[in-house]
Order: sequence, then structure tokens, then C-alpha cells
Amino acid sequence: MSVKLQIFEYNGSALVAMVGKNCFAIASDRRLGVQLQTVATDFQRIFKIHGKLFIGLSGLASDAQTLYQRLVFRHKLYELREERDMKPETFASLVSAILYEKRFGPYFIQPVIAGLGDEDKPFICTMDSIGAKELAKDFVVAGTASESLYGACESMFKPDMEAEELFETISQALLSSVDRDCLSGWGGHVYLVTPTEVTEKILKGRMD
Amino acid sequence: MSELAGTIPGKGGFSFDLCRRNDMLVSKGLKPPSFLKTGTTIVGLIFQDGVILGADTRATEGPIVADKNCEKIHYMAPNIYCCGAGTAADTEAVTDMVSSQLKLHRYHTGRESRVVTALTLLKSHLFSYQGHVSAALVLGGVDVTGPHLHTIYPHGSTDTLPFATMGSGSLAAMAIFESKYREGLTRDEGVKLVAEAICSGIFNDLGSGSNVDICVITKGKQEYLRNYLLPNPRTYVSEKGYTFSKKTEVLFTKITPLRELVEVIEAGDAMEE
Repeated sequence: MSVKLQIFEYNGSALVAMVGKNCFAIASDRRLGVQLQTVATDFQRIFKIHGKLFIGLSGLASDAQTLYQRLVFRHKLYELREERDMKPETFASLVSAILYEKRFGPYFIQPVIAGLGDEDKPFICTMDSIGAKELAKDFVVAGTASESLYGACESMFKPDMEAEELFETISQALLSSVDRDCLSGWGGHVYLVTPTEVTEKILKGRMD
Repeated sequence: MSELAGTIPGKGGFSFDLCRRNDMLVSKGLKPPSFLKTGTTIVGLIFQDGVILGADTRATEGPIVADKNCEKIHYMAPNIYCCGAGTAADTEAVTDMVSSQLKLHRYHTGRESRVVTALTLLKSHLFSYQGHVSAALVLGGVDVTGPHLHTIYPHGSTDTLPFATMGSGSLAAMAIFESKYREGLTRDEGVKLVAEAICSGIFNDLGSGSNVDICVITKGKQEYLRNYLLPNPRTYVSEKGYTFSKKTEVLFTKITPLRELVEVIEAGDAMEE
């Protein structure tokens, strides 16, 4: 008797991005599974597009990697033509268009985009699998642990947090939410981006 | 070389190359993914000087509220706006597409866009996809021929009405309109009636919620009143907020300073004669 195939729960994932004062943080879990079996505990879900723009891809891992390669390709073409980096708003529209193109045979992913735009103003957004953009001023979540993440972020978030406090808040929200989800966890991976530097931290979490 | 061709940006329109793989997965027992829907209450009415459109601001993903303050009143032309219900990606994509087509049409003809133009473009697109593009729209605007209000259904049929409601909260909103609407409303009466209809949807329909957005379109002027009413403020915010006494345990830290972009301005050499 096989488990009914739920495509978004095939690999398991948890992604969250939060806005702070002139900075943002994007965090993910590190588990890669094949339904209930864990295959890797150091899986990369958040990818850098350019110094101040990151995209996290939750859902089916193979589609996430394929889509990431297509997006990097499109961004490199853009950089060659325009001789500058893409703004996060533009990049979000690009991702939305690429996903909507596959409206009737979609990629099984949910992206979370976070970046610093003009004058280093933080920008975050998420989309469903066919590119419906959802901009938010506070936080966005995606993945199998999204319902717990909504609850944790809704209560722990405060506007205009400084980098240190933002890191603490996003880490606690991520770790407490993945503890309530079997399919994600095994540590956390947080990128904290301010106008001057990018801090990458790996969190210690429950390994179950 | 043929693989490369697939990744170069195409001419637009839908691409069906993942359909075969997805159908194979469905035959293996896959449940298709749920898309972001705008459960919604959207309304429109015609008053003495023009058209008023209203919408709630909740976007749902199954039973979860994904966005508490999304925008459902989309810009089509300076004198035409469109509210969208159904699958969020479809309403956004179809209204953006027709908005661009209207702009090109304005450049071509040199005239202000007419509501029936937007109507025809939308209905022919939706009909050609036989209802698979799930967008239910309330289109309203004021052009040279006067104020117009239309509803467009996902299969491509349209209605022209003096007042209209769409979405999961349409019955709640229509109840308010049917009892209180009359011809020749003033601007303030119209706005009050639209707000009341949307509130009826927000409080009685589970798929609609949060705030009320209103757009008033009159000849030569439009007012987009984003978050006109906020009847659901968050009242349980703790003043202190959360403080974490125990710091998160970090296994590894890597700090990458962001390089300052240096502008190199080369002094131009004079061209040799």
C-alpha cells in the first residue's frame, strides 16, 4: 500500500524571509528527503542571484534546481545587456512570468525572493506555483512547514528590527516551526543581508 | 544546440513542455497542487457621475490566509479599472496583458481607451482558453460614451449591469445592493453602499476578509482609495514583543562584505581625423 503522492511534500522544505530595518533575512531548513526517508542533511535551498538578491525555492527539489539554473541564465544575460544587477522587483516579475508560462503544466515549486532594492530598501515576496506574486512588508513563508511558520512569524515578528534581533527572531521562528513538521528540519541555514555585508549562518537544530 | 533553444526567452504565450511529465505523475496518484485563490468579494456600481468598484483584500491558499492585504483592483487604463476573483495568477496575468494591449491601442489610435475594448479583449482571451484560465472579473470605467460596468465569467460570457457582484462573497454583497441600490446615487452615497456591500462579504463569507479597497472613476478623474476601511485591525499585539533569552546555537558563520561598485569613467579620446 503506497502513500498517495503529494508532490509538494515529496522532498519537504521550510522557507521564511523577514524584513528588518534596512536589512532582510532569508532562512531555510537543510533536509532533503524522499517522502519519509532522509537523503541529505545539508541541502541548499537558498541561492544567490547577485550580492543583494537571494531566492529560496521550496517544493520539488529537481524543479527547484532546474528553475534556479534558468533564472541564473536569465540574470546573467540581463547583466551582460544592461551592465548592472537586476532590481528585486524586476526579478520577481521575471520569476512570475517564467512560472505563469507553465500555467497548465507547472513547476512544482514555491519561490521566496528577498533583496535590497533602490536605496537599500528591503524587498520580499513569495509566489504560488503559477506565479501569483504576493508582496509583503513583514514576512513571507513557503514549504511544508508553512502553516506553523505563519503562526510563529505572526506572533514573533516586530517591525524595524536591527540585524542582530532579526537574526534571532527568524531563527527562532524557523526552528520552532520545523520542529512541528516531520518533513523539514535537520538544522537551519540563515542569510542575513545588510547594505554592507552578507552573513551566512548555519543553525543547530533537532536532527529528527 | 536544440537544448539551448528551449531556455532562450520565447515569443510569449503558454509553454506546455512539462505537461507530459505532470500527467505521468497524476497517473501515479499525484494530487495536483492548489493555487493561490482570491476567495473574494468584488463589487461595482454605477452612480450619477461614473463607476465605483470595491474589493476585499484576502488571498487564500486552501484554508490558509496567504495574504492579508492583497490588491484585487487592477489598473487597465487611466479611466478603466478591473476587479479580479478566482485564481490569483490568472487574474493578474490577464489584466496585465490586456492593460498592455490597451496601451498599445491608445498609441495606435491616439484616443482614450473604451471599456468595451477592454471587455472584448478579455472575453475573447478567456473564451479561447475555454474556462481553464480561471478569472472572474468586474470591469468598470468611464469613457466618451459614458460610464460602463460589466462582469466577465471564466468561460468568456459577459453581462452589462448597473450594479454587479462576483466571487465567493457575491451573494452577501448582492443582498446589500438589491435592498439599497437606486439610480442616481451621489458619490458619497455610492461609496458608502459599496463599502457596506464589501463589509457584508468580509464578515459573512469565509473566503473574504481583511480590508476594503475602493476605486471611484468619473469623467477625467479616478481615485484609488487603497484600504479605505480597515474593519479588522490586529488588537492583540503585545507591547513588549518576544525577547529570546537563550541565543540560537550557531554552528558556522561566514561573513562576506559586499563590494562597493566602482564607477570607471574613461576619458574619451578624441577621434582621429
